[in-house]
Amino acid sequence: MDTKELIARRAAVELHDGDVVNLGIGLPTLIPDYLPAGINIILQSENGYIGLGPVQDTIIPDLVNAGGKPANILPGGSFFDSATSFALIRGGHVDVTILGGLEVDAHGNLANWMVPGKMVPGMGGAMDLVTGAKKVIVAMEHTSKNGASKIVSDCTLPLTARGAVSMIITELAVFRFTPQGLVLEELAPGVELETVTNRTGAAFTVSADLSPMRNIPSNEVLL
Amino acid sequence: MGKVTTLEEIGELVHDGMTIMVGGFMGTGAPDALVGILMDRDIKDITLISSDTALVDTGVGPLVLGRRLKKVIASHIGTNPETGRQMLAGELAVELVPQGTLAERVRAGGAGLGGILTPTGTGTMVADNKQTLTIEGREFLVELPLRADVALLKAHKADKSGNLVYRNSARNFNPLMALAADLVIVQVDEIVETGELDPNIVVTPGVLVDKIICYKESE
Repeated sequence: MDTKELIARRAAVELHDGDVVNLGIGLPTLIPDYLPAGINIILQSENGYIGLGPVQDTIIPDLVNAGGKPANILPGGSFFDSATSFALIRGGHVDVTILGGLEVDAHGNLANWMVPGKMVPGMGGAMDLVTGAKKVIVAMEHTSKNGASKIVSDCTLPLTARGAVSMIITELAVFRFTPQGLVLEELAPGVELETVTNRTGAAFTVSADLSPMRNIPSNEVLL
Repeated sequence: MGKVTTLEEIGELVHDGMTIMVGGFMGTGAPDALVGILMDRDIKDITLISSDTALVDTGVGPLVLGRRLKKVIASHIGTNPETGRQMLAGELAVELVPQGTLAERVRAGGAGLGGILTPTGTGTMVADNKQTLTIEGREFLVELPLRADVALLKAHKADKSGNLVYRNSARNFNPLMALAADLVIVQVDEIVETGELDPNIVVTPGVLVDKIICYKESE
């Protein structure tokens, strides 16, 4: 499997039956494909509905996902305006949000909305999501294209929110934020602790229960 | 007075320098024909309040490419590269607002509130130069209301009294903006007689709506 599939597979086991979930654009949208049997989640789309479903053969007018692409609404879903949508998000009615990151630091700070002078797409709904969702999971590649760690001691890019991240899932490892700081909990197949240490720009402790990455076959070879 | 009108009459109501709210999310629920009037009439120096700047050629996108804007207040500009280019070149002022904060600022503007308190953006550059309040130990930003001279909206159906129903995810900012502008103009797919819309399904009350035009893509 490739790195995106591996990250999505691992992230899928963080979701529980009945969770209301908001998934960021890109990699996180792959996660529902890997939900364990019997786990049904309710997807919230910040442009104004719950019950987001995969697009069908017939395009439905006026129905898009948060990326502006054609989408579907499942039975039980409902539409509402943007104030209600963000009341759901900010008001703690979304159980989990999983989104990408440019940097996550040792304090649980997240930067994922701009690179000054270069790329300023705007925060869209990301700041509200990471502030309001009960659990914030960052699912991202461990390093940037130039090999620099995306897990850093202190974010250098403008923040999306402070201290909001609960968990980081990368193609190498799973980390959790605890009151004692960043803790390494799982390693991907074939990945040594030393590799993670070398490629991580923040200090972390290693869990006494360090284990293989959940939901990934132990003989899996990354492409 | 009749609310149902023509594109020509609406053209007389929009002017250079206005603050204009436009409904829609990435173009879905945006009133393309009303944006088209701004383009055709060469309206410029607009302060635009919208969820995003859509794509270069959808929703409010043409207003950016056509350089009709003085300032944009939006949550996301990444899908219209022209907005970012003009911003980085110093040609266009852009105020980026978290989308939920934008929705609440518009709601506050329409609801007679002096602002809202939100935790979103605390500890980030969004908080720069803003007042904060600590309530029960938690820090909140004071975010001020937004209003506009004109709101250009899209609904699916209107009756002749201006009652509106929306379709699917095209609702988004439209019902909020209907409360927050001095003049509210709505493009709809269909107009029915007053009394034909079940009052139980009306989302925007007709008293908020000043002008309605029926416009279909095929026309």
